[in-house]
Amino acid sequence: MASDGDLSAAASAARAALDAHTVETVAWHFHDSTGCPFWLEKKRELKFDPLTEIKSYDDLKKFPAFEDEWLRGGPVRRWVPKGLADKPVYVFETGGTTGIPKSRIAIDDFRTDYSNFSDTLPDKYFPKGSNWLMLGPSGPRRLRLAVEHLAQHRGGICFCIDLDPRWVIKLIKKGWMEHLEAYKKHCIDQAITILGAGHDVKCMFGTPKLIEALCLALEEKGTSLAEQGITGIFSGGTEFTPQWTRFCVEELFGGPPEKSGIYMTPTYGNTLMGLACSKPVTKEDGYKISYYAPQPRAVVEVVEFDDYDKVVEYGATGRVKLTTLTKEFFVPGFLERDEGEREKPFAKYPWDGVSGVRPFHELADATTVGVY
Amino acid sequence: MITLPAIRWGEPYESLEVDEINHFVTGEPVARVHTVGSGIVARDAKKSPRARQALQSMSPAQLVDACKKAGELFESGTLTVGDSQQSPTDFAEQTSATTGMPVAMCKANVVKNAFVLKNIDKILDCLTRGLDLNILARGYGDEGRGVTVSYQAQTDVLGAVLPSNSPGVHTLWLPVIAMQIGLALKPGSQEPWTPYRVAAAMKEAGIPVEAISIYPGAGGDIGGSILSNYRRAMIFGGPQTIQQYAGNERVQVHGPGFSKILLGDDEADNWRQYIDLMVDSVYRNGGRSCINASSIYTPRHGKEIAAAIAERLGPIEALPPDDPKAGLAAFTTPGAAAAIWGAIERDLADSRTAHETADYGPRLVERETCAYLRPTVWHCQSTECPGANKEYMFPAVGVVDCPQERMLAEIGPTLVCTAITQNEQFRNALIAATHIDRLNLGPIPTPQVDWLQPHEGNLVEFLYRNRALQVR
Repeated sequence: MASDGDLSAAASAARAALDAHTVETVAWHFHDSTGCPFWLEKKRELKFDPLTEIKSYDDLKKFPAFEDEWLRGGPVRRWVPKGLADKPVYVFETGGTTGIPKSRIAIDDFRTDYSNFSDTLPDKYFPKGSNWLMLGPSGPRRLRLAVEHLAQHRGGICFCIDLDPRWVIKLIKKGWMEHLEAYKKHCIDQAITILGAGHDVKCMFGTPKLIEALCLALEEKGTSLAEQGITGIFSGGTEFTPQWTRFCVEELFGGPPEKSGIYMTPTYGNTLMGLACSKPVTKEDGYKISYYAPQPRAVVEVVEFDDYDKVVEYGATGRVKLTTLTKEFFVPGFLERDEGEREKPFAKYPWDGVSGVRPFHELADATTVGVY
Repeated sequence: MITLPAIRWGEPYESLEVDEINHFVTGEPVARVHTVGSGIVARDAKKSPRARQALQSMSPAQLVDACKKAGELFESGTLTVGDSQQSPTDFAEQTSATTGMPVAMCKANVVKNAFVLKNIDKILDCLTRGLDLNILARGYGDEGRGVTVSYQAQTDVLGAVLPSNSPGVHTLWLPVIAMQIGLALKPGSQEPWTPYRVAAAMKEAGIPVEAISIYPGAGGDIGGSILSNYRRAMIFGGPQTIQQYAGNERVQVHGPGFSKILLGDDEADNWRQYIDLMVDSVYRNGGRSCINASSIYTPRHGKEIAAAIAERLGPIEALPPDDPKAGLAAFTTPGAAAAIWGAIERDLADSRTAHETADYGPRLVERETCAYLRPTVWHCQSTECPGANKEYMFPAVGVVDCPQERMLAEIGPTLVCTAITQNEQFRNALIAATHIDRLNLGPIPTPQVDWLQPHEGNLVEFLYRNRALQVR
C-alpha cells in the first residue's frame, strides 16, 4: 500500500503531467496549422489567447463552458483538426431520439481509450484470446466499435447484436411497454443464440438492464452465465449502482468472482470523454463504485452546483464536469447530466475520482435512463 | 424514525439504496425506505407459485377468519412494522405526515380499510355472487343446481402499483389474499404505510408471510416490472395510464373518476334539497378521491346551485393536519398546487365560465413546505366550456348547464354517477349507459360506496376465469 507521502508525490507528478498535456493539447487545437476549424473560429471570440495564456490545467477555466449544442449539426468536418485531416475519420453520435443528434469525430481515440482500459482488466477473468459478446447499443455509436477493438486488442473476436436505443427510448416515452419487453426479448434471444453456438465466448459487455435480462432468461432455461462460459463482464452507466451490483453478484451470478467464476467491472464514460475505470467493487466496501478518468487524456471533476469552476470538498456532492484533452478532440469543462461525490486519489489513480454517479437531480425528471 | 425494508415473499430485504420520506410540514425524516430495482421483482416473480401454494395450505374458511382478525389488528393493534412498533395513532400520524392528508381523515380511512377485512366474508359473498369459496379453492364444484362450475385462477399473484394520494384505495386489493392469490405491491412513494401495516396485520393474524412482497422503488422501473411479470396487475394513474392499458386484459387500471351528480328535469327545481348531498360529494375525504363529484350537470338553476355550493365550501380554510376540523389535504410535491391552479385559471378565463368562489379569498395558499388549494366552484353555461368535465385532487366542482336529453351524450366516462330523477325513461337510459361504472339512482352522495358491490370491474372476474370443466 502506498504511503501518504508516496501518494502525494504521485498526485503532484500526475498534476504536472496534466498541466503539460493541457498546454500541448491547447497548442495543437488553437494553432492555425493543426487546429480544427471550429476552435480556430471560436478563438476569435475569446478574450484571451489560448496559445499564450493557457499554462496549466486550471487555466482552462478561462474558456466559457462547453455547450454540447455546438455538437449538433454540421458540417462535421469543422471538428477535424487540420493536423489530422488526411486520416480516416469516424463520426459517433449520442442522443438523437428526436431532433439532430450530437456528433463527435474520432480517428484513433476510441482504440487508444479501450487499449488503455484493457490494461486494467484481470487476465484471469478476461482471458487473452477469448471471444467477446457485445450486448449493447449498435449503429452510430462508439461503443460497438470500441468493444470490438477491445476484443481484438486482447486477441479475440467480438460477436455483436443489433440494438437501437433511440427506438427503445421512443417505446418508453410512448408507454408501449409490451413492445419494450418484446424488443428486449429480441435482443436477449440473439445473445443466447450466440452464447449457445459454440464460439467460446468468455467475455462480454452488457448494459445493466440487458445483463439482468440475460441472466433471468438463462435461468428460465435452466442454465446460467457461468454455465455458458462467461467469466468477465464489463458494463456501465448510471444504472450500475451498488445495489444493482450486489443483486447481480449475490443473486444472478451466484456469488463473488472467486465463488461464481464471474468478474464484473463498471465503467463510466460517454462519446465525448472516453472511459473512466472503477476501483475494484467489493462487498466489504458496500459495493461502492468510484470512477477515475484516464488522465491526462480526460479529466473528471465534481463541481459545485452553483459554481462550476469550484470543485466540492472530498465526499461532498456536486455535478460531474468532464474535460477531454486529446489531439482529436478538445472539450474544456463539459457539464455532464450526472452528479456524484468527489473521491480521493489512490495509488493506481493518483487523481480525483467520482462515486455514486446518478442522473443530475435537476434534470433527472426529464431524463429517460435505463434505456436498454 | 421508522425503517421499512423491502419485503420479498415475507423476508425483509435491506437494500443498499434507502430513500428518506419527510414530514410535509417540518421537513423532518419520518421513514427510511429500502428501495429495490426491477431485476429483483422479475427474479422474485419466478417464485410466485410458492405464494399461492402457501395460501392454499389454508382453507378458504381459515383465510377468511385470518383476514377478519387482520382487520381487527389493522384497526386497533400495535404491530411490528419495519423496525418499529406501530400503534393505530402512529399509523395515522405517519400517513398524514407524508401524504399531506389531515390526521382525522387518515383515521377515517383506517376504518374503511379495516371494514373490508373485517367483512371479508360478506364482501366475497357479494363479489362472487354467493359462490362457495371452496369451489374457488378446489377449482370446480357444484353450486347445488346439478351443474359443474369451474373457476381457474389466472395468476398466482396479483401485482399492484399503488398510489400515494388516498389511503382509501387500498380497499381494492385487500380481498385478494382470501381468494388464495398472493400480492406483489409497489407502494406509493409518499404512502408506504398502508401496504406495510396490512402485511404486518396479516402476518400477526397467521396468514403465511410468503404470500406478500412489497417493493418500494422508482415508479416506472418497479411498476413496469410488476406489470410485465404478473398475469394480473392493478395500477393507479392518470388519463395517460388509463389510455396506455385500455383493453389490456392483464391490467386493471384505476384513474380519475370524473364522478358526477346529474339532476333530472323532474328534480332540478328542488335543487335546494340536495345542496348538502352535493357539498358532501365534493368535499368528503378532502376531495381527493376518484369517487368525489367533480361535475354537477343540471338543466336549470346552474348559476344558483354553483353559488350555493360556493357559499358552503368557499370559506373553508387550510388548517394544520392535526386540527380535527381540517378538511383539506396539502399538496406536498413542490409546484403541484400552483400548476393545478394555473390550469384552473385558464379554464376560468373562458367567457361562459364564472368562478363562484372568487369572493371567498384566494384559492391557492402557499406555505413554506407545501401548498393548499381551497375548495373551488365554477359555473359553466355550456358543456363546451373547458372546465365542464375536469377533475382535480381537491374539492373542486364545475356546475354545468345541460339539458337532460344531452346529459348522457356529454358526460363522458364516469366512475360514480348519482342521478337524481324519478323519470323511469331517464333512469333506464342511465342503467344502459356503458360509460357509467357505479350508478346511484336517487340522492346518494357519490363517495358513499357500498363496499359489498364491485368497483371498476369485479375482482373475482379479473383473477378467476369461469370455464367449462367435465369430470367422469
